[in-house]
Amino acid sequence: MSATNGKKNGRRFFGHGIPRVKVEDLAGKLIVVEGADGSGRSTQIARLVDWLETGGHPTVQVGLKRSTLVSKELEKAQEGNILSRTTLSLFYATDFADQLENIILPALKAGFIVLADRYIYTLMARDMVRGMDEGWLKNLYGIAVKPDAVFYISVQPQELVQRNLAKSATLDYWESGMDLGLSRDMFDSFLKYQTGMQGAFRKLQKTYGFTIVDGNRPVGSITKELRKKIRLVLAEKEITESD
Amino acid sequence: MKTFAELNFPGRLIAVEGLDGSGKSTQIYLLKRWLEAEGIKVYFSEWNSSELVKSATSKGKKRELLTPTTFSLIHCTDFADRYERHLLPLLRAGYVVLCDRYAFTAFARDTVRGCPPDWVRGNYSFAALPDITFFFKTDLEVSLNRILEGRPKLKFFEAGMDLRLSTDPYESFRIFQGRILEQYVTMSGEFNFVVMDANENVEKQQVLVRKIVGEKIDLKKFRRRSPLPLPPAFQPPEVKEQEEDLAAV
Repeated sequence: MSATNGKKNGRRFFGHGIPRVKVEDLAGKLIVVEGADGSGRSTQIARLVDWLETGGHPTVQVGLKRSTLVSKELEKAQEGNILSRTTLSLFYATDFADQLENIILPALKAGFIVLADRYIYTLMARDMVRGMDEGWLKNLYGIAVKPDAVFYISVQPQELVQRNLAKSATLDYWESGMDLGLSRDMFDSFLKYQTGMQGAFRKLQKTYGFTIVDGNRPVGSITKELRKKIRLVLAEKEITESD
Repeated sequence: MKTFAELNFPGRLIAVEGLDGSGKSTQIYLLKRWLEAEGIKVYFSEWNSSELVKSATSKGKKRELLTPTTFSLIHCTDFADRYERHLLPLLRAGYVVLCDRYAFTAFARDTVRGCPPDWVRGNYSFAALPDITFFFKTDLEVSLNRILEGRPKLKFFEAGMDLRLSTDPYESFRIFQGRILEQYVTMSGEFNFVVMDANENVEKQQVLVRKIVGEKIDLKKFRRRSPLPLPPAFQPPEVKEQEEDLAAV
């Protein structure tokens, strides 16, 4: 199918994409920020939105577990930890697909800048740590559109623990990978799980080639780095538009 | 994809597929009655979805929120839930599991909706293939007439209205079912379906179904042994009752 071939603006789907959607119509930009809770991901996104909107760029935000279709059910499923791993994985994929078709693609078509607070990479990394087949995941997320920039804010697990505890005095069950039975001790499990997640991200980075941002730095200097790279993405947008 | 037997599962899975009105549910019910009478450990999967997945699916259908992609994914989620929570334990425990529809229903339906066949098959590839799949093949008109005779109220997605084939639900349903039938026929070879002539008389079909099951599955290996021992005596009686209730479900 021609939809998977590279286009003038480099826009393509990872696999077959979505039936009846033409990639060449997706004129906007998709910028993804990945990173664990406590990596400063949400702070950076808020700053980027401010900066972009002040600069006159229309933006839209998406993230995990925010779809109209299944977000409530996903929330409940997590509270009870009652779904098995394939089921939960597919449930998340449904949540992603719903936002992809209802928010991301229409916004890109309208020329918006879409900021994704995590994308398929976190979903894939989580499943890889849980032993799911990479080929299966690759096929599943063949519906996704390739972002224009992906930043993975990497923070050492020891530092993440400190930040999470400083913020809420507790560790999240899922962010600690407690479902995996790595350790009955939550602190221990968190460190093991986050180390596993970093490994999965490094593996994914080799396949998908995103930018790894050192998150063990002050907020301001990370913002600076992100802006610098996003400026390049936007410049390319202006060039294609003036063609 | 391999069958449960090829994967060395102690249990076996038999699926029936076909259009609505092909008589497949009647056939699998009669098969179940026979296997029970033979003392086989048999379980008929009625596809009880878990509440969470059901809630999302019915919301999506009622509010017509589903696209071909999310329709496919939410049903795949539902299937995975039943598969992992329900089917796998039974197949590990050596049951003969009967399924009224399996992944092939999704392959046919989602492909007709425009999803790429390889993508759909890939998503379902965590599931093993049935050891026997009966495809009840009727003439399109026969099954359409059986379903539409009573002029039932057809649901939006059931009639394939999302495909905009026709503004008339009945006409839409006819075209949709026709395309699904084509998909089943195409899959017959790919997945080694046992193709049944569903225009034939019901009793004759059942004789054949039982004969084929008996030939393909060594049924004596699936006989129920003596009843399970009672739970240990020290447990309080309320708990015992509960456990018995659960076992009876």
